Amino acid sequence: MTAPLIVFFVLAALAVIGAVSLILQKHPIHSALSLIVVMIALAGLYLLLGAEFVAAVQIIVYGGAIMVLFVFVIMLLNAGIEEHTSVSKMAGPPGLLLVVALAGLIAATIVRSTDSIQSTLQTGEMSSSLGVSKTLGISNMIFKDFVYPFELTSFLILVAVLGATVLAQREKG
Amino acid sequence: MVPTNYYVILSAILFGLGVFAFVFKRNIITIFMSIELMLNAVNLAFVAFSQALGKLDGQVFVLFVIVVAAAEAAVGLGIIILIARNRQTLNVERVDLLKL
Amino acid sequence: MISYFSHLLSANVELAITIAKIILLLFIVLTVNAYLTWFERKVVAHMQSRWGPHRVGPHGLLQPLADGVKFLFKEDPTPAGVDKFVYYLAPLLALALALTGIALIPFGPDPIRLFGHDIYLGIAPPDVNIGILALFAITAMGVYGVALAGWSSNSKYPLLGGLRSSAQMISYELALTMSVVGVLLMAGSFNLKKIIEAQAAPGIFGWGGISSWNIWPQLLGFFCFFVAAIAETNRVPFDLPEAESELVAGFHTEYASFKFAMFFIAEYTSMITVSCLCSIMFFGGWLSPFPASWTFTHYLPSAILIPFGLWVIWDGIRYETIFGRIILPGIGTAMAGAGGALILLPGVNLFIQGPFWLLSKILVFLFVYVWMRGTLPRFRYDQLMAFGWKLLLPLSIVNVIATSFIILAKMTWWAK
Repeated sequence: MTAPLIVFFVLAALAVIGAVSLILQKHPIHSALSLIVVMIALAGLYLLLGAEFVAAVQIIVYGGAIMVLFVFVIMLLNAGIEEHTSVSKMAGPPGLLLVVALAGLIAATIVRSTDSIQSTLQTGEMSSSLGVSKTLGISNMIFKDFVYPFELTSFLILVAVLGATVLAQREKG
Repeated sequence: MVPTNYYVILSAILFGLGVFAFVFKRNIITIFMSIELMLNAVNLAFVAFSQALGKLDGQVFVLFVIVVAAAEAAVGLGIIILIARNRQTLNVERVDLLKL
Repeated sequence: MISYFSHLLSANVELAITIAKIILLLFIVLTVNAYLTWFERKVVAHMQSRWGPHRVGPHGLLQPLADGVKFLFKEDPTPAGVDKFVYYLAPLLALALALTGIALIPFGPDPIRLFGHDIYLGIAPPDVNIGILALFAITAMGVYGVALAGWSSNSKYPLLGGLRSSAQMISYELALTMSVVGVLLMAGSFNLKKIIEAQAAPGIFGWGGISSWNIWPQLLGFFCFFVAAIAETNRVPFDLPEAESELVAGFHTEYASFKFAMFFIAEYTSMITVSCLCSIMFFGGWLSPFPASWTFTHYLPSAILIPFGLWVIWDGIRYETIFGRIILPGIGTAMAGAGGALILLPGVNLFIQGPFWLLSKILVFLFVYVWMRGTLPRFRYDQLMAFGWKLLLPLSIVNVIATSFIILAKMTWWAK
């Protein structure tokens, strides 16, 4: 039971508890808070994997911007506790079983397919093999190999900003 | 050193929970949040493989996924606000007809 | 039992040192917060031609203690209809995030060598590769404390104040992070220690010292960063969301004694963090403004401590209350003694130079914060948002573009 393994299990438990809490909570704001917990746990897992830049970006963008947007919308719309439904709840437990089957299928497929490349998987920190810091490597890749998708994402964000502004306007008159 | 399979299994569990929330919750904002949960699960798988293979491509892709998720969240929440204004409800079971 | 604990301790010495540093830093930060409130009240009062607190203890020095006792013993009502979990979470979140920010700041360059272990000044090790980015991540999460506090109070003034305040914080966060990019381009790293070391270069004429700090090439960046940081911490002139005449008390209206104290401490701690960041990124951190060859400036801490200590003794002897006549000369003697000890111990004197300069710069920035509180009127909300989006963000983007142009020019056709 080495220290990284203990940290992994703690963070993984936190993420799963957050996700389960997202499902079980009745008020949307509690679900939003649970999702924030999931994102922070995932940022911790990224740090454990050595991806420090991605961890910081996850907290800043996901935790500090996207989830704030969700919380704002919940506050503005005065979203309340979910109402009772007229549809029967009998579909719950079989659905859960099917979800477990889905997750198991995904996991089994990936694990089985990576068994063949297990021998080439490296251990240890990536930065020691790269010799440069991760941020430098990522910025090299973004601005050299992936510069075209990068410019496209800036265009995408512009479109999203315009779209959100138009959608949220009050009607004239 | 944590084996990569552990991260993949965790990613699959989170993805499954996201699917469950997407199908079974009735509040449209919660459904949207479950989409974000699924995207995050996939991001975790990307970063885990990026570390396992020793390349940074996975992390660059994660950055792009985060950017696209941000844009999608902005527009999606704009649409949700419009629906809430027009139908006065956030329950997806009440917005299942084109006619008001 | 004792041997088990000592074995556990010696196996995880780093962990034990870190925990001890955390406890010590927490204690120091909370004390500094308390005396920052005293400092603010005194300075603002003197700017308004009055005295400020001067009855509780000599020169009002025990006023923070009285305030603390008041906060602890006041009635703590919970309004009806609040969302209990979120209502209790919001001040906890604000305080925890504000205090976590202080953990990432290095207070000195050299470690203390103790029992074969290097103890660095500052909780995080100095080679955190994403120092600044982690600090911005913590600042970004700070919006939740405000927004959730406003919403969970089940009342319209806090809701409005919370929404306005969090919208303001998010808008100025963009300008905050963009204005720092110029410094990062010049230093080439997110690491706070490397940013300070990049400002230690000899500079244009080989003078070093103040001429090679980041403030001169990045004046625009500093202006954008400082103004955006004031808006982030909700201080005057950007404190409309918590102004008393506008929205009762904004997002913390419904919070009583101790929970309000938590918001209060969070605000002052983020003030301290911003002052630390300003001095590290733009003013050379722990570097002395004098050139390195002027070694006589190493006696500056003693030259400040000894006369100030003697003045405190002289003032204390003639103080009106007996308590003051005992305590103040005691404080003065301690200060003069510390100054004298620094002269006699050159090793300690050399070690103390870095933290001394960093703390003086932090103090100067805190004074500027308090000065602005005493003099400036506050922005109206639409003026505030227009200023953030239409002036500050374009200015910081212009700063980034200009800085990258000049760096590229230096690398290619301007190569000297």
